[in-house]
Amino acid sequence: MAALNFKHALFCAFITLLISYPILGFNLEAKGINVTIVGADTTTILGVLLAAVVVFLFQLFRDQIMGRVGDLRSLTAGKPKEPMAENRRAKIESWVLTGIVVLALFWPFFMSRGAVDLATLVLIYIMLALGLNVVVGLAGLLDLGYVAFYAVGAYTFALLSQYLGVSFWVALPIGALLAAAFGLVLGFPVLRLRGDYLAIVTLGFGEIIRILLNNWTTLTGGPNGIGGIPDPTLFGMEFGRRVKEEGNTSFHETFGIAYSGEHKVIFLYLIALVLAVFTALVIRRFMRMPVGRAWEALREDEIAARSLGLSRTAVKLSAFTIGAFFAGFAGTVFASKQGFISPESFVFLESAIILAIVVLGGMGSQIGVVLAAIAVTILPELAREFSEYRMLIFGAAMVLMMVWRPQGLMPMRRIHIELKKQE
Amino acid sequence: MLEVKNLSMRFGGLLAVDQVSLDVKEREIVSIIGPNGAGKTTVFNCMSGFYKPTGGKILFEGQEVQGKPDYKISRLGMVRTFQHVRLFGQMTVVENLLVAQHRHLNTNLLAGLIGTPNYRERERKSLDRAAYWLDRVGLLELANREAGNLAYGQQRRLEIARCMVTEPKMLMLDEPAAGLNPAETKDLNQLIVSLKEDYDVSVVLIEHDMSLVMDISDRINVINQGRPLASGTPEEIRQNDDVIKAYLGEA
Repeated sequence: MAALNFKHALFCAFITLLISYPILGFNLEAKGINVTIVGADTTTILGVLLAAVVVFLFQLFRDQIMGRVGDLRSLTAGKPKEPMAENRRAKIESWVLTGIVVLALFWPFFMSRGAVDLATLVLIYIMLALGLNVVVGLAGLLDLGYVAFYAVGAYTFALLSQYLGVSFWVALPIGALLAAAFGLVLGFPVLRLRGDYLAIVTLGFGEIIRILLNNWTTLTGGPNGIGGIPDPTLFGMEFGRRVKEEGNTSFHETFGIAYSGEHKVIFLYLIALVLAVFTALVIRRFMRMPVGRAWEALREDEIAARSLGLSRTAVKLSAFTIGAFFAGFAGTVFASKQGFISPESFVFLESAIILAIVVLGGMGSQIGVVLAAIAVTILPELAREFSEYRMLIFGAAMVLMMVWRPQGLMPMRRIHIELKKQE
Repeated sequence: MLEVKNLSMRFGGLLAVDQVSLDVKEREIVSIIGPNGAGKTTVFNCMSGFYKPTGGKILFEGQEVQGKPDYKISRLGMVRTFQHVRLFGQMTVVENLLVAQHRHLNTNLLAGLIGTPNYRERERKSLDRAAYWLDRVGLLELANREAGNLAYGQQRRLEIARCMVTEPKMLMLDEPAAGLNPAETKDLNQLIVSLKEDYDVSVVLIEHDMSLVMDISDRINVINQGRPLASGTPEEIRQNDDVIKAYLGEA
């Protein structure tokens, strides 16, 4: 056993050297038109060697270390305490959640503009992740092109406002419905596919939408994007310093307060908050309705679900459509927040991040997904100085999660249903 | 009630089912027996719409159902269980029963979102029906457990309960006694008989447990290598030379 460990550790250390030395140990320097290879300074080489030693030691004592980690987990997660009565817990939970939402309502008035802006972005990601949670977490359909529906929502608003002068509030339902229609259209051809095959087709669909937006220059402006997307208005009151559109009034004049750029940011935040709460409540309701149970039944066992009279077509399409609907919501808010959109915002990485949020949070679990959305959006902002290593940190976090909590931050909990005793 | 005429199913060069006929009357328990690989489950798969038979007719209450999609057949009132239990493992026991009642539920999304009185009433009814059947198969205490965590015998019973909440006219059980101990088999025996007696359900049964088959069947069909070998009452089957030969091998 020990010999085997030693061999394995040696091998891992060697691989570390093999990979990191050529990458870090040599630098390319341009001399005139020629490029020469220069060895790195001693500190870098020492660093590489040190890393190899660390890997070696870790692999050598891996069992002991991971054993400790296991102990740690039993300390934090597996407390053998009596579970609370179901109805009491539900009551406490709903109070706490209401408290958090109320807090979130007043919070922006005391915070800096940057923080509120970031919070709006978090809320947009929450909406996206909650929507994708329906498709991936509940219905079990791996969708790698979710960002396409986000793009549809955003571009719908941008184009409508540019060509027809439609306002945010009119565009919001249109964007969501159009995204839902795209979900329906995509749903049809992929009905028969499962797992990996489905993932590839949806991935392709996401790329098609992005490339279409990029190349249809006459309509979408291509890579230049669309700018000048209007901000939302509050009952015809604009938040800019000057009123842009005929018939509107401006917010600060109506209320007789001094103009401040923060008003607009806070208003957008509040809209995003209301929509995110709306999304969460509607999906929560769906989960307790027949359609939600049908999604899960199809995920668990498609053959059994069909044998009980569930139509695969209807169930899968409903999941796709509803998921896409909320992505359209998020897209419209995003377009309004940025004021400018281009295909750059809807690359595959976005899909991957949203999927990562769902997986990190715990498939199917709404609270988990919200927490993960906050973590995944805010952490990179906090670690701006390490921006070069963002993806590295991201990857490391994923690996750690898989070791500690493979089922996600907050695994989905079943809804407890009281049954009356039958006579 | 159910009439299967000259059913054939061909997979490429293999004729898995060849000219099998079968009829089931109301409130009758009909068994299909035969050696392993005889094509019993294939007959089931054709009847429940999982396969599209390559020949023959299946009439359910006078309506041709061969080749219809599986979920439509199930909505007509022909519901089946599986040889290997197929529950929705991560859902709770009671959720398993609620999913099965979807065709009785108002599936209108808006009505559910708002929670109209009509929707609530239906939801309450389906909960009551679930509770009734859980009580009937002795799983009421476990209603909020995850179905995948139940003991094997309990999973079998839950699967039957899940079929019964759909209020079927005909139940197709594929080896329901497989993996059960003698006591559980006895319970199952009583349950199946009571389904017929008390709930007016016809039962088609595939089973290897001969004591169970002989005990409760009204009629038995024997299939061997895809072809019908014999059919008749349990007594007739017991004395049929061909059947004995197929089961025990030629002496």
